[in-house]
Amino acid sequence: MKLYEVFLRAKSGLSHKHVGSVHATDAEMAMQNARDLYTRREEGESIWIVDSCQIISSNPKDKAAYFEPAEDKIYRHPDFYPIDKKVKNI
Amino acid sequence: MPNKNEARYNYILNLADNTLVLGQRLSGWCGVGPFLEEDLALTNTALDIIGQAQMLLNLAIEIKGEGTVDDLAFLRDQHQFKNVLLVEQPNGDYAQTMFRQYMIDSYHVHLYRALVDSSEKQLAAIAEKSLKEVNYHKERSELWIKRMALGTSEGLERLQKAANNLWHYQHELFENSEELDKLVKQGIAADPNQLQQNWLNDVSKLLAKTPIKTPQSGWRATGGRLGHHSEYLGKMLCEMQFLQRAYPNCEW
Repeated sequence: MKLYEVFLRAKSGLSHKHVGSVHATDAEMAMQNARDLYTRREEGESIWIVDSCQIISSNPKDKAAYFEPAEDKIYRHPDFYPIDKKVKNI
Repeated sequence: MPNKNEARYNYILNLADNTLVLGQRLSGWCGVGPFLEEDLALTNTALDIIGQAQMLLNLAIEIKGEGTVDDLAFLRDQHQFKNVLLVEQPNGDYAQTMFRQYMIDSYHVHLYRALVDSSEKQLAAIAEKSLKEVNYHKERSELWIKRMALGTSEGLERLQKAANNLWHYQHELFENSEELDKLVKQGIAADPNQLQQNWLNDVSKLLAKTPIKTPQSGWRATGGRLGHHSEYLGKMLCEMQFLQRAYPNCEW
């Protein structure tokens, strides 16, 4: 059996989030299994299924080169500007 | 019970017992399904169907005016159960379970579609809620049949065997009677002839997409509505009712 990744959107307006994976022999079965495993408690109203082979993943051994350089660059966070009171939702 | 109520009670109880017995049967796969995902999916189906049984039994109790849902489920003997023989047949292999399931799912879809317009308001409400569930059940069992029939020769062989075993149990789903005919005319019950046509349409369309041969008509299962059951129901009830029989009124 093949492995598929399951993404759920909790409600419209939000983005799909990865929730786990399912085993299935084909895409239709993957969709049904995702529905039966991951939406029993009203967790979502839209499902995306992606064949796990299609995921291009970063390599754990690249962790230092990829992600650690961001650690000491706090100026990249937009925390140093006064925001006008009239501006909402930031 | 006045006659008028008795006919309604019998009708609802047949629908309720079909779902109760099938729900219990399907629960037999819980924990031993072919793989984890399918195990959960079929258990979901079983729970939907037991939920329908609970609603229908509730309505039966209201019409009867005495007793509780638990009395009906756990304290009746097999001759008092009104379900069709199809739902009490053993699970067998997955081909048998899924072929039985498709037969019932297609029946349920047409039944509930018709009952949405029933003049019995509570029954119409139950049908409306259940219709969404059985539409999905049918989608699932249909795909399983296609997958097994068009997959390997073993799958096809097992399905053909299941079809041959179960085909003759269909007639009972559409049996008519004077009592039922009156309910149909009053707009309470679904018309069994119409149901049978719709059902045969569905099933023959599906089978035409597969190499499964439609079994020739021969004998017809009958008797469930009168409480005449196959050897399998009693054994199932022994297990289902054990706790209430051994420890009357126990709660947990």
